[in-house]
Amino acid sequence: MVSLKGDLGPEAPPNLYSEVWDLVSSIPDPEVPCITIYDLGIIRKLNIIENQVIIKLTPTYSGCPAINAIELAVEEKLRENGFIPVVERVLSPPWTSDWITKEGKKKLKAYGIAPPPPVTDIEESSFFSTQSVACPKCNSSNTKKVSHFGSTACKAQYSCNSCLEPFELFKCI
Amino acid sequence: MSENLFFSTIELADDHLILGHRLSEWCGHAPTLEEDLSLPNLGLDLLGAATNLYSLASNLEGGKRSEDELAFGRIEKEYKNCLLVEKPNENFGHTMLKQLYFCVFMKLFWNECNSSKNKILAGISEKSQKEMIYHIRHSGEWVIRLGDGTEESHSKMTEAINELHPYTEELFYMSEASLNCAKKNYLPDRLKIKEAWEKEIKDIFKEATLSYPSILHFQIGGRNGIHTETMGHLISTMQYLQRTYPGQTW
Repeated sequence: MVSLKGDLGPEAPPNLYSEVWDLVSSIPDPEVPCITIYDLGIIRKLNIIENQVIIKLTPTYSGCPAINAIELAVEEKLRENGFIPVVERVLSPPWTSDWITKEGKKKLKAYGIAPPPPVTDIEESSFFSTQSVACPKCNSSNTKKVSHFGSTACKAQYSCNSCLEPFELFKCI
Repeated sequence: MSENLFFSTIELADDHLILGHRLSEWCGHAPTLEEDLSLPNLGLDLLGAATNLYSLASNLEGGKRSEDELAFGRIEKEYKNCLLVEKPNENFGHTMLKQLYFCVFMKLFWNECNSSKNKILAGISEKSQKEMIYHIRHSGEWVIRLGDGTEESHSKMTEAINELHPYTEELFYMSEASLNCAKKNYLPDRLKIKEAWEKEIKDIFKEATLSYPSILHFQIGGRNGIHTETMGHLISTMQYLQRTYPGQTW
């Protein structure tokens, strides 16, 4: 998980910082609304200089259309509360599914989406490699991949051989 | 320097835009529902990379043209993509082979580009490299399945190789702008990754029981704005909205 403590704006008083932090971190992901953008691990930096809030966000995938909606939602939320938003997009270091918080992974599972397993090198290189994914509904590991691509860039289609339910996996990258 | 980097960034951006557009043409036409999801998804990654690259190019040009104007407001001769990416889709195996050729190249290219002196380019590179890995897995698995499949699928893959392989040399073409960028460590030297590209493709062909061709005559031209006949048709579809409603945004 990305460390945010070290990036806190030293100019902001602690209570103001946590107020702004709560405003921003509770914004839901537009495509997977069961988790917040904090759970998703895309908030990289937050600084407050007087009433200006500078926030750095990292997109999950290069072509993820949700990043535009997220940036707008952040700006809107900050403006509503009397702040001047400065939203910056940072590409480096690239986002990884390992940055999804523990809480976020729990929420995904409860929502019916299998959370991403930790990123490994094996997954990256070999053809026809299979990953053991547990069914979010019955916890069986007897599952099969139907399609590496799904309704959004970040999800794959699976089905469970035990309870026969289809489900989505939040892909690891 | 920024002028050279602008032209080289446009070469990269055009490759991604045009191949992304070709992939988007599969939407609703793929052989299976799963592939109908995968092809536009792969295209979306390429369009995302193109957006980042055009945005960088726009900055290098001092904001003279926006990323949208660069993507949709130029005439055919101003596009500097290699000919490989504009090749029409033909059949599914043909598309997978084209994708494999391009993505193996880009993975190796981005790997070298991570250390670019231009920090934005280095950031785009790190991000895109990760995506190329699963593009290669997807297209590589299909090339292997189809090559090592039925007699018919094997012969279609052989036809695809014969048609597309002559277009691969242009991936390694160094324009004057690219040469200048490579000298100053802004971009990698494309020729230096040729050996690694050939090895990776040969290994996959071996698994796919396909022969690696020996080509004597390669096709080039796109980097100088000389395109195949299909490019004009592609552009007329791709630019339709911006030509009809100039400046339209989401």
